[in-house]
Amino acid sequence: MSVVLPFEQPIAELSQRVRDLRALAHGDARYAAELRRLEEKVASLARELFRDLSPWQRVQLSRHPRRPFFHDYLERIFDDFIELHGDRTFGDDAAIVAGLARYPRGPTGRPVMVIGHQKGRGTKEAVRRTFGMPNPEGYRKARRLMELADRFGRPVITFIDTPGAYPGLGAEERGQSEAIGQCLLVMSKLRVPVVACVVGEGGSGGALALGVANRVLALEHVWYSVISPEACASILWKDGSQAEKAASVLKPTAQMALELGVIDQIVEEPPGGAHQDWDAAARRLDSALREALASLEGLTEEELVDDRYRRFRSLGAVRA
Amino acid sequence: MSWNERIRPETDASEKRSAGKGVFRKCDGCGETLTAESFARNFEVCPQCGQHHRLSADGWRRLLLDGATFTEWDRHLEPADPLQFTDGRSYPERIAAAQRNTSAQEAIEIGRASMDGVAIAYGAFLFSFMGGSMGSVVGEKIARLFERATTERLPVVLLQASGGARMQEGILSLMQMAKTVAALGRLRDARLAFVSVCLHPTTGGVAASFALLGDVNIAEPKALVGFAGPRVIETTIRQKLPEGFQRAEFLLEHGMIDRVVSRLQMKNEIATVLRHLR
Repeated sequence: MSVVLPFEQPIAELSQRVRDLRALAHGDARYAAELRRLEEKVASLARELFRDLSPWQRVQLSRHPRRPFFHDYLERIFDDFIELHGDRTFGDDAAIVAGLARYPRGPTGRPVMVIGHQKGRGTKEAVRRTFGMPNPEGYRKARRLMELADRFGRPVITFIDTPGAYPGLGAEERGQSEAIGQCLLVMSKLRVPVVACVVGEGGSGGALALGVANRVLALEHVWYSVISPEACASILWKDGSQAEKAASVLKPTAQMALELGVIDQIVEEPPGGAHQDWDAAARRLDSALREALASLEGLTEEELVDDRYRRFRSLGAVRA
Repeated sequence: MSWNERIRPETDASEKRSAGKGVFRKCDGCGETLTAESFARNFEVCPQCGQHHRLSADGWRRLLLDGATFTEWDRHLEPADPLQFTDGRSYPERIAAAQRNTSAQEAIEIGRASMDGVAIAYGAFLFSFMGGSMGSVVGEKIARLFERATTERLPVVLLQASGGARMQEGILSLMQMAKTVAALGRLRDARLAFVSVCLHPTTGGVAASFALLGDVNIAEPKALVGFAGPRVIETTIRQKLPEGFQRAEFLLEHGMIDRVVSRLQMKNEIATVLRHLR
């Protein structure tokens, strides 16, 4: 499936030309230098075009159908992942995937718990995963596995990519509010290092439920806020189609989150966005993640809890 | 009661519009028109049908707290404007208007009080202040409420009435959910009780943080308590929601709250719980 957003059209066209040329050259060494030069040109054009994206354009990139999802990072930067299912109460929610894995890859890897929102590719899978919008059982599974990680001293790594918790009848019957609240509570008390990565959409409480971490990373083109631009527009102007305008006042970007201290680091995406090169996006996230975990090395259980408490305790804009 | 036994209205309908303004009110439940004074005397509960109408912060203090008073904490905290948010009207303008209309600084009051002789840390949302929405100041005050209760070894009674997190402070409002719940965690570790009282309405970020994490969760009859607003759910599932959906009685039936308590029994019930958990 090829989806090209209007503002990325020039990059998409050039990238395609480079790919065609590469195919024609059949690995002929004589063209290698020329091809490299062209690729560099595409990259610099992409950097140019993407430097001043509007908040709404970043929201669109965060939802790009070709953008890598949690599982795409999982298979690139973790080893021996074994998925664990179910909340032991009601069911298993495919909108949250969780399990044990080794991180980082290679000889220094150690066991970790990895938990993330999972969107589906293609209609059938997207529906099965409710478009990455978890039900209470998803949050209860996450909480169960965080508690498991806490008991065994395994660091917790989360991936955030959700439009929000699922707003449905069953979700309310089964206590969506309580399920999210409990996740926040349990995460705040974990005696292990916790690192969260916002890789796509960071939609409100449904995102934060996996976000109470010692270090919070965000990719360059994500949105993370209290409400989606669409919902914000429908509250402000009773018109969901004014989302672009809402995004400009809500400023739900990684850049704003960094300025406000909500995230600790922005991970630069490959030229043109993560969807242009999944491997490169994963490599960059991998190295930021390693650094974040390394920065928590040597902290005692108590220090880890305190560090997380102080981190969130300090967030807010208050005049005394 | 037959028709001729009904109390004859002292004014006729044509007069009521002007002369009766503020003197008479129609009950949202049974539609009966009664004097505002008879509502006020009954803490805004309809004497005819028991319908609960919104009660002011002052009314709640008179209803629940001994001597109707408390020692307020941190009244001086005021919001900032981290996003320079505007939707035609700027956020500071909206704050100023809310402060004028409510003569409060923000959407919550906290402090130390006593309830039926039990010393408590008390907090109450002011729905009339921007829909009781939780921004940085509300989050900060709730965190302080839990922290100070922990230090002073007091149980917490918190009355919620809120549409959720405050949009105008963007992601900082969202962060208040994590901050308040972490502070609640410390109260729990100190083995002090948290009685959560959900008034109409308790939704969004307030519901999905501390409001349903009480050691005992109480709600008023028919109070709307839920994560997503009914309109959002209707648009998502494209069907009408069943009668009573997300109301206190629905939550009781689904195991999310411990008790549905009428306002007039509230003080008695909370005080009993506090004594049991002391």
